Amino acid sequence: MITLEGVTKVFNQGRHNEVTAVGGVDLDIADGRVTVLRGPSGSGKTTLLTVIGCLARPTTGRVRIDGEMVSGLPERFLTEVRRRTFGFVFQKFNLIRGLSALDNVVLPALPLGVAHRSLVDKAVGLLEHFGLADRVFLAVENLSGGEAQRVAIARALINDPAVVIADEPTASLDGERVGQFLAIAEELKRTGKTVLMTSHDPRITEAAIVDRLVTMADGRIVEVAP
Amino acid sequence: MRAAFERRRHLLDFAVRSLARRPTKNLGLVAIYALVVFLVGSVMLYGAAIRREAAVMLASGPELTAQAMVMGRHEMSRTTDVAALKGLRGVRRIEPRLWGYLWDSAGAANYTLMVPPASDGAHALAKGEAIVGEGVARARRLAPGKMLFLVSPAGKFLKTKVKSVLPADSALVSSDLVLVEESDFRAFFELPPDVWTDVAITVANPREVATVAEKAALKLPGHRFVTRADMTRTAEALFSWREGLALALLAGALLAFAILAFDKASGLSAEEKREIGILKAIGWETRDVISAKLFEGGLISGLAFLLGVIGAWTHVFFFSAGLFEPVLKGWATLYPHFPLAPTIDALEIATLAMLTIVPYMAAILVPVWRTAAADPDAVMR
Repeated sequence: MITLEGVTKVFNQGRHNEVTAVGGVDLDIADGRVTVLRGPSGSGKTTLLTVIGCLARPTTGRVRIDGEMVSGLPERFLTEVRRRTFGFVFQKFNLIRGLSALDNVVLPALPLGVAHRSLVDKAVGLLEHFGLADRVFLAVENLSGGEAQRVAIARALINDPAVVIADEPTASLDGERVGQFLAIAEELKRTGKTVLMTSHDPRITEAAIVDRLVTMADGRIVEVAP
Repeated sequence: MRAAFERRRHLLDFAVRSLARRPTKNLGLVAIYALVVFLVGSVMLYGAAIRREAAVMLASGPELTAQAMVMGRHEMSRTTDVAALKGLRGVRRIEPRLWGYLWDSAGAANYTLMVPPASDGAHALAKGEAIVGEGVARARRLAPGKMLFLVSPAGKFLKTKVKSVLPADSALVSSDLVLVEESDFRAFFELPPDVWTDVAITVANPREVATVAEKAALKLPGHRFVTRADMTRTAEALFSWREGLALALLAGALLAFAILAFDKASGLSAEEKREIGILKAIGWETRDVISAKLFEGGLISGLAFLLGVIGAWTHVFFFSAGLFEPVLKGWATLYPHFPLAPTIDALEIATLAMLTIVPYMAAILVPVWRTAAADPDAVMR
């Protein structure tokens, strides 16, 4: 269970260009469910996602994971929480150009000191599972948008995280690829993973797999359904 | 333990793959870096080697040299001066010497004419014979048996037959040397029989050189006494000055390297920052990012340093530092040609590493640490 208590995020605090991206959010995210944050551009959903995923610290408020407060942890421990708990699929995938699909997938596990052979076997297994068996050694800049997203999902899963976070996962996908993504999300849910997404795409927000829909506007939660 | 080893192996592997992504840029960087190490290393290795060489050769010279001084200028010593030093306690041998300089306008070179000391049986000469240094032989195309003609400033001719050419391993101090017999020397320079250029004094116990010099100064107050240590220090100062001059000439290359390092230190590119943000976001700690980047920098600087040092070592010890020869070696126009004994001076190599690797690694560390220590979200934005 992830719990947010009065979370705010202010950028450029104290300067003339100060912006409050998230203002006083309280939210519980249940384990093993698919939760979607929706709202127009600038509503603060991506910022809230980065706070939940420990990519940024809240300006005020608390983030708890299974009851343990993580928002105040020192950098080193926060990284450990991020590494063990979350897998990220970024909007633009954020794969490292020049490296192969395999090299990108193994990246999160490199600092863990896992044996090389078992790490490669696991990464290849994930790529094969997502239909990328023939793309293992291809540089990521040569992949299509859908393929790149599946590489990003494989990378998010390499450390077997409890929570998969996806930011606007369908923003650059056509209809067929959206269906593929939803199938993967459903599979993740079936295997007990918590899935947290941001989207304003109706194909996502109205999908049957979504358990909870959180609507945001101007940095605040305006509706939680159900 | 195994996990720590695997972690390092993975990070090193990532560093190699990361470098391979930008082969042109990184190879260019290695080439420039290696060139800087090569230039600075050549000067440093050559300077050290030539100072060693000079020290070894001067070690066989007299412990003390007495020179007559008149109004602060070097004058000729008299046979009576030599006699005054006889019987001085602690002195093993006293040898008056004859030597002088000759400008050879035909060869546009300055020669040192000298009479071999009586104790030097290996270079004993008969009238009309000469032994020449390697530089003179080269300039005048001389070989044993050939004739050497010299003309004094007063228009006197000296015709000698070359007996032998001095070996190249002593060329640092003998390149421009012409050894002639005493009567030929005196006749050529029109010197009376009782004058000498200076007096070489060999001391029985090297620890007593200063004491002997003090006693000798009391006997010959109009003379100055130069110790071998003074000569060695002068040679060291001369070659260190030359080394400094060469390094000053290389200031352009060093400045370019400094700008390159400053460019690195002043910030990472947007692409590099974004990648660090991604690595942090997917679970890398600050120390993981720094380790990987230091591995990258270490591979570049290590390879460049190795190439530069091997190049400099080969240049100095197998090609006689051809690029810096006119600055670092010799005097006049007869640059000595002599092989330096190949050596590896750990202190020189360590100094070179301190001058080149340490600033580069520091230039990498600072911006990477600054970027990696920030929140990943802030870096990726």
